[in-house]
Amino acid sequence: MPRSVPRAQSLSTDEFIKGLWKENPVFVQVLGMCPALAVSNTARNALAMGLATLFVLLMSNAVISSLRRFIPKQVRIATYILVIATFVTIVEYMIQAISLELYRALGAFISLIVVNCLILGRAEAFASRNTVGRSVLDGLGMGVGFTLALLCLGAVREVLGNGSLFGVQLFHDGFQIWVVMILPAGGFFTLAGWLLLFAKLQERRAGRRSLADEVAR
Amino acid sequence: MNGDPLWSIFINACLINNFVLAYFLGICPFLGVSAKLATATRMGGAVTFVMLVSSACAYGIQLLLVAIDTPYLRLISFIAVIASTVQLVEMFIKKVSPGLFRALGIFLPLITTNCAILGLALFQTNKGYGFVQSIVYALGAGAGFTLALVLMAGLREKLELAAIPGVVRGAALALMVAGLLSVAFMGFAGLGG
Repeated sequence: MPRSVPRAQSLSTDEFIKGLWKENPVFVQVLGMCPALAVSNTARNALAMGLATLFVLLMSNAVISSLRRFIPKQVRIATYILVIATFVTIVEYMIQAISLELYRALGAFISLIVVNCLILGRAEAFASRNTVGRSVLDGLGMGVGFTLALLCLGAVREVLGNGSLFGVQLFHDGFQIWVVMILPAGGFFTLAGWLLLFAKLQERRAGRRSLADEVAR
Repeated sequence: MNGDPLWSIFINACLINNFVLAYFLGICPFLGVSAKLATATRMGGAVTFVMLVSSACAYGIQLLLVAIDTPYLRLISFIAVIASTVQLVEMFIKKVSPGLFRALGIFLPLITTNCAILGLALFQTNKGYGFVQSIVYALGAGAGFTLALVLMAGLREKLELAAIPGVVRGAALALMVAGLLSVAFMGFAGLGG
């Protein structure tokens, strides 16, 4: 009995933590690339987009997992898309009410959260099979992981392409900005760089593990 | 109603603001299906066809939504129409040409979650295009998507033979090639109005 309580707790935190690093949606699973590349030209846009996606992911995971016994198997994808579209509409009107400037900067990409494969993927792979509590934690973890990844991309692109971070100038006037980083091409290059870093880290970890195995033998 | 001439709409959607390389729409199939030239061409054709049908449907829906004054239903009805269009196209192709159906395989249903299709429907509504303009816009976007996919597939087939360090292989390499293609497409800026 005393053993079961901490085990259940550690299981729940696992659902949250895995989205941050081990199964990070952008850097490891390479999902949801379209918004990740399109609106990450400044750190502020990236953060707003990440938070909007986090909200939709959290709400749709909660609703879908609580309805999972009532949704017929044949029409489940259509049902998921309708649930997601409802929350995206809510987010769209919310952003428009909070900041019109931000709404213009993100443009159609707020609506395009509907077809973010990350959200549909979590609904199908996780929320449709797990309890509400676990699904909410999973949505929270994946959403925070997505936001962090977007922030990584946006920060690099804004610092190099504009010489600022969250609108605050970082360098002296002499700094030559890398215009390409703000342009679409910069998005591809920055993401490629981050993926390289993650692949390198994973390779190193795998190499260390096999070395440890050999030593043990 | 938007007054842009048709040729400028086509060039704009196809080259200058290429859906894949400038707007980042449809990146998933762009990276997933661009390994072989033959599948890339077929995928481009299927996407262009769905774009045409859903663009025409989106125009009708927009008229209807304005008439009954419910703009907040736009996103939900667009995605529902696209999903059913893809389903219809799938059944139609299966009935008319089973060979083509087998060749396209899993890519057909996946077109539903291709953001280029929904993006097209949203952009044409935002820009206030008429019916003919919407159709031309869809044709241009489809042609641009196919062009980007075919170029990418050609490059990746060549890269298969190159000596590349193991870490770079896969998504990172594809993204770098896509970035270079994007830089090349920037040369088209200034072509249209």
